[in-house]
Amino acid sequence: MKLTRRQFTKLSGGGLAFASLQGTLTSAGLANEAPIKVANILDQTGGLNIYSLKQMKAVAMAVDEINTAGGLLGRPLELIFYDAQSSNQLYSQYATQALLRDEVHAIHGGVTSSSREVIRPIVQRFGGLYVYNSLYEGGVCDRRHVSTGMVPGQQLDALCPYVINERGGKRGYILAADYNYGHITSRWLQKYIRDLGGEDLAVEFIPLDVSNFSSVLARIQDAKPDVVWSALVGAAHMSFYRQFHSTIGKDEMMIAGTTYSIGREQVELSPEEGEGIILATSFYDSLGTEAADDFVSRFHEYSGETDYIGEYGEGGYRGLMLWAEAVRRAGSPEPDAVIEALGDTSFRGAGGLYTIDGQTNHTTMNIHVAVQNDKQDFEAIQTFDQMDPVDTQLVCNLHENPDDTTQYEVEL
Amino acid sequence: MDTVFTYLYQVGFAVSILVLISLGLALIFGMMKVINLAQGEFLMLGAYFCVLTSSMGAPLWIAIPVAGVLVGLFGVVVERTVIQWLYGRVLDTLLATWGVSLLMIGIVTTVAGPQSHSISSSVGRVVVGGFVVPGWSMVIIAGAVLMLLATYLILRFTNLGLIVRGTMQNPQMARALGTNTSMIYMLTFGFGSALTGLGGALLVPLFGASPTMGGLYIGKAFIAVISGGPLPLIGTMSASGLYGSIDGVMSYLFSPVLGEIIVLLVAIVMLRLLPSGITGGMRKGI
Repeated sequence: MKLTRRQFTKLSGGGLAFASLQGTLTSAGLANEAPIKVANILDQTGGLNIYSLKQMKAVAMAVDEINTAGGLLGRPLELIFYDAQSSNQLYSQYATQALLRDEVHAIHGGVTSSSREVIRPIVQRFGGLYVYNSLYEGGVCDRRHVSTGMVPGQQLDALCPYVINERGGKRGYILAADYNYGHITSRWLQKYIRDLGGEDLAVEFIPLDVSNFSSVLARIQDAKPDVVWSALVGAAHMSFYRQFHSTIGKDEMMIAGTTYSIGREQVELSPEEGEGIILATSFYDSLGTEAADDFVSRFHEYSGETDYIGEYGEGGYRGLMLWAEAVRRAGSPEPDAVIEALGDTSFRGAGGLYTIDGQTNHTTMNIHVAVQNDKQDFEAIQTFDQMDPVDTQLVCNLHENPDDTTQYEVEL
Repeated sequence: MDTVFTYLYQVGFAVSILVLISLGLALIFGMMKVINLAQGEFLMLGAYFCVLTSSMGAPLWIAIPVAGVLVGLFGVVVERTVIQWLYGRVLDTLLATWGVSLLMIGIVTTVAGPQSHSISSSVGRVVVGGFVVPGWSMVIIAGAVLMLLATYLILRFTNLGLIVRGTMQNPQMARALGTNTSMIYMLTFGFGSALTGLGGALLVPLFGASPTMGGLYIGKAFIAVISGGPLPLIGTMSASGLYGSIDGVMSYLFSPVLGEIIVLLVAIVMLRLLPSGITGGMRKGI
């Protein structure tokens, strides 16, 4: 991060406040206005930081751009960052602190589904607003929660037909991280595989600290599937792709990933370890559109980094911009006013048009099926325009049940 | 027959991993009664030195011993600057080495970044009993055997090994006989660190290197060492053999989760029956 362009102030107890430079605020005429405060809670450290590092900076960049352009409702935005250190206990502590002590108008962040489920009840209790900028297993029906990432009705709806029908991946072996994301996603995978006439041979749940996949790989060789579906999460699980490459290899068997690329796996693995892996995503750097190229070059200039950004970085930017647009439409940053304005709020970002669906507080977006090439980059196979979060729309209607806070799960 | 080979491979691999991550710790703990909480980070440093050396163009089979030597030297520096003032103060060494571990994670994250790194090995694949396994896991198994063998030969048959064992058994007597025990402590700590660094470097092609990787192994290393008891070599071999076999078989039969649960259950029962470890009652041996 370029420290020259901004001011950091260390707060007591874990918060790191970010404000645009005084000069920026003065020239935008914002220096004397009361700030609108927004919290961002992510894992700067620990095993889940592979998902957070770019998102932290992308959110800071969004705040800086808004301030440079005259702020929000004539007031400056102040971002308070909390490092949850890959620990759910700290998510609970910092969400409470953000709402009660720092009195933020919205909380962004959370990486895993378990961290989201820690934050949600706290936001509910204190009447806040929570924007979750991550793909997840779908089904959360809660007016104080906004999901700006992909859900299975978007991601798997695009990915599964390609893998099963066009690549012949009828027999699937599912590996999933052992917590709520992996458990629910694996059921979605089973449902899609069965609906498309395929066969789910086995589902295995892998704890987040397991990095030795030798027994799993032996069982996969026993079962002889056409494709391994990976819903693996975190730094330790990245070993799977290494060990798969040095045993079975992608010439023999396909890998399709629901989380692959969001942790920037393809640049951390060697080119041959990642080549050929299939994924569906709402953004990757080399999409080739003008908006994507522009976002990538602005991010590189802002952060001083030149490496891959990916879906989670862009997702943080997308989430902050969508929330800011809802604040403008509401004419107030107060959570309840913003919640009223969420429906049909849209933002044209790096991955195309994003629109919040007011029935579910989920986001309509473009989805791309892509395959990794031999240069640690992705090549688009198919693009699906403006896919709706259909899985969640089937079960959730916040217009009719505004007090709903359930996470609906798929039944097999 | 295929099944037998598969089980043998699973067990051999699981045991070897345990030996790689715990032998250095066992030497330092067993011989010097120093609990090195930075053990996981010494492994991590070995992995990073290996990545660094090979990124400068060295082939893997050179990068790995170089990583071992560099971590050994680093161990000597840590011993001279931190540990040597704290012999006999178990709690203080615990805190100090914990500090060292946090510092190492911080420094590596700052210098090399928080993301993970990997090197693909060129060893290819090996077919064992109808199953394809990574050629590199054979290197890991061979590496673990060689490390055990080298440690045994040095401690058992060299003059230095004799002095080291003597110093560990009775430091006062060793000093009275003219041994520079401070130098012996330094060398032992360095040797243990070098073994750990070697282990970390051997893990890279299959597990990668990242600043927080130490945390994944430290728990298992401690369970193996504490269960092994005071004799570092026999202890490491028996504890790694026991837990590795259980883990290998159970992970293959059921799942890695169940494998770890059963290993922990067995460890609890064993420490209840043998509170000072498997080798706690042995008088002779290394």
